[in-house]
Amino acid sequence: MKRHVVLVLGVLVSLFPFYWMVVMATNATENILKFPPALTPGGELLVNVGKVFEEIDFFGSMLNTVLAAAGATVLVLVFDSLAAFTFAKFRFPGRNALFVLLLGTMMIPPQLSAIPQFVVMAQLGWVGSLKALIVPAVINAFGIFWMRQYISGAVHDELLEASRLDGCGFFRQYWHVGLPVVRPALAFLGIFTFISVWNDYLWPLVVLVDPDEVTLQVALGQLNRTHDTDYGMLMAGTVLAVIPLLIVFLIGARNFIADLAKGAVRG
Amino acid sequence: MRKYLPQYLAISPFFLLFGVFGLFPMVFLGYLAFHMWDGIGEMKFVGLDQFKFLVTDDIFWLSLVNTLEIWVMSTVPTLFLGLVIAYVLHSSIKFTTFYRIAYFVPSVTSLVAVAIVFGSIFSSHFGLLNAVLEWIGGGAVPWLTSEWGIKVSISALIVWQWTGYNAIIYLAGLQAISGEVLDAATVDGASRWQVLWRIVIPMMKPVILFTVIASTIGGLQTFTEAQILVGEEGGPGQSGLTMVLYLYQQAFKHNDFGYGATIGVGLFLVVLVFSIINWRLVQQGERP
Repeated sequence: MKRHVVLVLGVLVSLFPFYWMVVMATNATENILKFPPALTPGGELLVNVGKVFEEIDFFGSMLNTVLAAAGATVLVLVFDSLAAFTFAKFRFPGRNALFVLLLGTMMIPPQLSAIPQFVVMAQLGWVGSLKALIVPAVINAFGIFWMRQYISGAVHDELLEASRLDGCGFFRQYWHVGLPVVRPALAFLGIFTFISVWNDYLWPLVVLVDPDEVTLQVALGQLNRTHDTDYGMLMAGTVLAVIPLLIVFLIGARNFIADLAKGAVRG
Repeated sequence: MRKYLPQYLAISPFFLLFGVFGLFPMVFLGYLAFHMWDGIGEMKFVGLDQFKFLVTDDIFWLSLVNTLEIWVMSTVPTLFLGLVIAYVLHSSIKFTTFYRIAYFVPSVTSLVAVAIVFGSIFSSHFGLLNAVLEWIGGGAVPWLTSEWGIKVSISALIVWQWTGYNAIIYLAGLQAISGEVLDAATVDGASRWQVLWRIVIPMMKPVILFTVIASTIGGLQTFTEAQILVGEEGGPGQSGLTMVLYLYQQAFKHNDFGYGATIGVGLFLVVLVFSIINWRLVQQGERP
């Protein structure tokens, strides 16, 4: 009994901010600021959403966010699964050294290189462009490491050997033997990448210099700066920005959580 | 060598992109730290001047202390509560999928969104928390307008967001411990606390280390929480000014790319020191 009290209490704390976000998004700001404040959802959602659309280019930012997250996800799935497959199943000179080097790249905190990365993007003419968010996402050592672990166990050497005898080259082995087996791992890595790019804040804030061409998170930050006490409107924007991602997460939640935990325990 | 061409081709995108967007920027950061540069005009070589300024820059040291204080204030409760929840979840049989999702969901929610919601809860004048405190008869607390209040608010946000994530990871670690060991201990008369401290926690050491390392890397890079809750200057007494926020402010708000890079090198050294400490801990953990 005592255990259930602890668990339920924890869940209430965990979910309360979401409830409170919805309460604020559906009430007029005056009703939130008065004392005592409104504590249950109201009927003002559409009015608040309308105000959000007046203040920021919501659909433009949403489109940018979706394009960046989807673009990065596709690149990560193609390049990182290919690299992971190679490291897991093939021997070639320098393999171990290269893999250690790859793991070493995890030691460099990405926030640290925001300044020089910005300079590189300026040289490439990518400042202000979504390419600056998409292309660097491929440098995902954790993703390759995680996939390699999965592929080592899931793809059988006999199967690869058989396909080799049938005359399959390297890339056909990857495509016909490797990929079909690792589909569940791709789902995990895909959701993981999509979520991290969707939620990223500092880098898009720095590199998307045109205030009218930003991602949702940056647009929310702008909204917070200019209207930090118009809670009804602010939370309507927040709800709209959070819901699509929660849907992506909830679709795969069960497997996603299990996979992430397994990766951490094994690593 | 030609024989291995497909393999090298397959791994080359990662290494090429890492060279351009990872390694080169790190080297360039070091180069920039020796120059005065506003990001547009000519770079001017100034030798060690900016480093000399950095070691006497009170704000830099303040940002280091802030970062470490917030890191400790958030990591200790996060990992402790995560362990407690994992332990309770482990022995629960009902609704486990629901619990897992409910506990995990904060960690995948956008930090900007979370920070905005926490801003409305902790707001000194209009916040929900102060409304509740006044309603039950206590006074309002200046959460986001006092030096310690800011740190408490930022830490509370981090604890809320990451406790469930760590609980799920600990849970997986717990499930890897065989039930027989625990049963044997219980049969021998060990209490539940003894089992937890003497058997479970020692066996979980690698998993706990993983969460400590992940929290260190995350904690040293705290930025969004502070920027959204108290703004670019770090709030009253600059007590919300973390190292990354200071770097961002100097480089991208005051257009001082050179000094921003110097702060970056300072931050890099701090990260390096903590990485070495973590690495030593891991090595000790691996020794039988």
